[in-house]
Amino acid sequence: MSSRRLQLTSRLDWVTLLTVAFLVVLGWLNIVSATAEAEVVWDLGGKAGKQLIWMGVCSILMVGLLAIEGEFYIRTSVIHYLVVLALLAAVLVIGKKVGGARSWFGVGSFGIQPSEFAKTATALMVAWFLSRDGRPWRTLATRLQSMALIAVPAGLILLQPDAGTVLVFGGFVFVLYREGLSGNVLLLGVTALVLAVLTILLGASESWYPFVGTSSGFWWFLVALGVLGLGALLLTRAATLPRFRKQTTIWGSILLVGSMLFSTGLHLGMEHILQRHQRERIHVLFGIDVDNPDADYNIRHAKAAIGSGGWAGKGWAQGPMTAYGFVPEQETDFIFCTVGEEWGFLGSAGVVLLFVFLILRVLHLAERQRSQFTRIYAYAVASILFMHFLVNVGMVIGLAPVIGIPLPFFSYGGSSLMGFTLLLGILLRLDAERFFVLR
Amino acid sequence: MELNRTELAARQRIVGAIVLGVGLVFVFRLFQMQVTTDEWKNRAERLTEEQEVLHPSRGLCLDRHGELLVTNAPSYDLMVVPRFMAEVDTSALAALLGLEREDLDTRLSKARRYSRYKASPLLRQLNAEEYAKLSPELWRYPGLSIRTKPVRQNVHGVASQIVGEYREVDREDMNRDSRYRLGDYKGKSGIESQFELELRGTPGIRHHLVDVRNNVRNTLTELDSLPVSGNDVTLTLDLELQQYAEALMRGKRGAVVAIEPATGEILAFVSAPSYDGNLLTGTSRGAAYDSLSKHPWKPLYNRAVRGTYRPGSIFKMVQGLVAMQEGVISERTHIVCNRDIIGCHGAHTQDDLRRAIVHSCNPYFYDVMRRGVSRHPDLDKFDNARLGLGWWTERIKDFGLGTTLGGHIPGTRPGLVPDTTYYDNIYGKRHWTYRTIYSISIGEGELLATPLHMANLAAIMANRGWYMEPHLVRDIGGKGKPDALQQRQEVGVDAEHFEPILDAMQLVIEDRTGTGRKAYTRGITTCGKTGTVQNRNKADHSVFMALAPRENPRIALSVYVENAGAGGDWAAPIAGLLVEKYIHGEVASSEREARILDATYPLDPEFAETDMPVPPTNPTPAP
Repeated sequence: MSSRRLQLTSRLDWVTLLTVAFLVVLGWLNIVSATAEAEVVWDLGGKAGKQLIWMGVCSILMVGLLAIEGEFYIRTSVIHYLVVLALLAAVLVIGKKVGGARSWFGVGSFGIQPSEFAKTATALMVAWFLSRDGRPWRTLATRLQSMALIAVPAGLILLQPDAGTVLVFGGFVFVLYREGLSGNVLLLGVTALVLAVLTILLGASESWYPFVGTSSGFWWFLVALGVLGLGALLLTRAATLPRFRKQTTIWGSILLVGSMLFSTGLHLGMEHILQRHQRERIHVLFGIDVDNPDADYNIRHAKAAIGSGGWAGKGWAQGPMTAYGFVPEQETDFIFCTVGEEWGFLGSAGVVLLFVFLILRVLHLAERQRSQFTRIYAYAVASILFMHFLVNVGMVIGLAPVIGIPLPFFSYGGSSLMGFTLLLGILLRLDAERFFVLR
Repeated sequence: MELNRTELAARQRIVGAIVLGVGLVFVFRLFQMQVTTDEWKNRAERLTEEQEVLHPSRGLCLDRHGELLVTNAPSYDLMVVPRFMAEVDTSALAALLGLEREDLDTRLSKARRYSRYKASPLLRQLNAEEYAKLSPELWRYPGLSIRTKPVRQNVHGVASQIVGEYREVDREDMNRDSRYRLGDYKGKSGIESQFELELRGTPGIRHHLVDVRNNVRNTLTELDSLPVSGNDVTLTLDLELQQYAEALMRGKRGAVVAIEPATGEILAFVSAPSYDGNLLTGTSRGAAYDSLSKHPWKPLYNRAVRGTYRPGSIFKMVQGLVAMQEGVISERTHIVCNRDIIGCHGAHTQDDLRRAIVHSCNPYFYDVMRRGVSRHPDLDKFDNARLGLGWWTERIKDFGLGTTLGGHIPGTRPGLVPDTTYYDNIYGKRHWTYRTIYSISIGEGELLATPLHMANLAAIMANRGWYMEPHLVRDIGGKGKPDALQQRQEVGVDAEHFEPILDAMQLVIEDRTGTGRKAYTRGITTCGKTGTVQNRNKADHSVFMALAPRENPRIALSVYVENAGAGGDWAAPIAGLLVEKYIHGEVASSEREARILDATYPLDPEFAETDMPVPPTNPTPAP
């Protein structure tokens, strides 16, 4: 085994580890400020104190994770996955209901959120599954099975319901893309996004119709989509070689009809399935006037806090929006508001760039692997971090809907910190073993 | 669609670009929110910063000797924070506050509508007694607190009409001047209003940081400013004389204006009935204002500058002066008392100017003015009248009549001196002659003047031909008087012409047959002239104009007592007492004084002339 003895300290990717440690410390400083009890930092009952305990626990956890051989993670992937599925199912039954969602196991004053560990377990499982025979994206069965591996935990989480975490599972599309998923799927995603935005915007407007009177502007949009789409289809058909015409017609028609069905479904879903407050949240995001002044309360205050930071911010623990309770959930999902208010543009842009750096660094780690398992797992880590970053920061600066989701390594919360430590610790161990024989 | 390894590896760039792109979009958005616009910053400030206005203390009002006239006294507003009132026994509270239960509920719900977290007034301007009764019970009600706020206090309750009101601003005030906020006070009339900008001072501001429940959490001292007190206003009034004049006029209707001739400073200024301005502050204001505004004697009406009366006999002296200056007559001109044209009274046949003034001879001054307006033998009677009235009007206006006298006293009415345009409008051009307008020659007809005009006329006599625009303010914040108030206004009559007039005025008081004998004071050469303004169906107004001492006049005044009879009966003795009080500092004869102090009309809206405890009217009223 001497050939496989690992010089952990020299092989470890200190850049990633230190970046994360830096983020955690920054996050903790902001938690101290956000909970506004600077004098009771050392009172371990306070939130900042609790976070300090979690930081200690996670440091030990990190050391432990790094000490375990990578082989262990690979071999136990399936077990982790199944345990997490069992926990996700159990939490639906015996979980504590917090804020309308059943996603916590209560243990004294601490709580455990199984969905935080589901991400790591799913990442391991997908990596294991796709790297089994060294030819990841070969058969349709593999493709569908790998998607199902992601969909099952995501579905269980949706039942809690926890939309934010489900969205994070959506990030696995990048993993699949890297492993061979058609780029058209990404393009299709972008097309769907554009259609969705137009549908929501026009759906909230009012318009006049012959014989019907005033109704939602969406139906004009649908008519226009049909007419223009058909025109585009005919033009494309005329421009293609005769032997491809049939194929063009078929795929074009599917695309057109699919788009129209998608838009109609989304519109009807918005109107009839979503609750009033959920619809209002989406409308607020798109700048559509909402009757209810409370609908955009959170995001208005969040934006005011960030925007008032100016160039250099008001200084640590000096932000009145943060200190005096104007920003909701300011130590967890809205922690970035504290950064924006107290550290200004320089601080908040710095944190954004730090996250971008971290994600790119993880991608870099992924690409330097000889092991397929590690590469896929690293991609999953990068995707999960990216989705959290995208949704969380996007939300507080008003570019994404209000969806509760923590900022990795930054927000207050033991489960979240532990989950991300787990995710990253395994990656760092696997990366340290990158010169081992190919698996 | 099998891709080879290199092609797949290239996809890392796309994923990386997406991550980088999102990061840059976020940075750009942060730049836009934090650096390029103040929108969010302002919004955050609106949420977290609250400015507390530190009210400056308002400038004081002093009399000419530095005696305090108007000062600031604390009043107490009972404030309520509705969110703490949920479990309060409102009927007990209503009983404590002396309110109806419904009234209290209305006030509470109004406060709740304003804000649940911010304090709003439940009861305003409680005085010290009401506050003392309330304060030991306040601890039972956590939502109630007391806010002290200064109100104006008129120390002696005098000169209320001059001082004016200081009360809550209305919407219009707030629109005009953004400094006023709801619940602020400002001067609304009189000196309080005229010198609002000087008196109010500059408010200080204290900045607080508040939390989401509007609790004050911190202060931002670097932006704070301290309030700067308002400037004190020193009035020209003599407190003692003012108090005495108000006492003499108690129970009567009319006015007193006394002027220091050399400076134009008003020493006493009374519109009777007067009232105590302190009634119009605090919780009693509504009822007090109501009764004052409904009182048949109209105490809120400032007769001293807004009451316009025909000047009557007093005007004859002006006629004499103008005629002498124009060379129409000399002091020795005798004119026959021809009572065919115009009535007269008393026994005289052919007076010179002095006697004519003492006797108030109507035909004399009829003829004086006739001579003045018929000086062009080549013109007919129409053009002569026009031409004559033209110069006459100018001359009379030089005496301040028909003008606002510089307008230094708010609300001053110009009165009326008819000119050619005036008569042209009534009768048509070349349709009037001296015969049409002759009643103005004896101070009757269309002529109108206020008590202020008549006091100023006395000052002109005292100064022998000039006056300073009458005013009430001596000094504001140590800056002294503006130059405009130190300009002599010449009336265009040589000083020598005043001596015969003053002789006559002295005779009015000192001669055995003089009409103003009741104004005589031992040791003071007082000059005066009675006036009696006739009223249809009602007793005449008693008017007196005087100056003293003749050699070195220190006071010039006019006294009006409505419906009291001849000038000599009531106005003259009041003037005499005021002169004595001012010159000697005290009144020797308490008998004379008591006669005036005790004479009152009944304060009854249905009062009849016959019930007036005032001696009967002059049997032959002078026109």
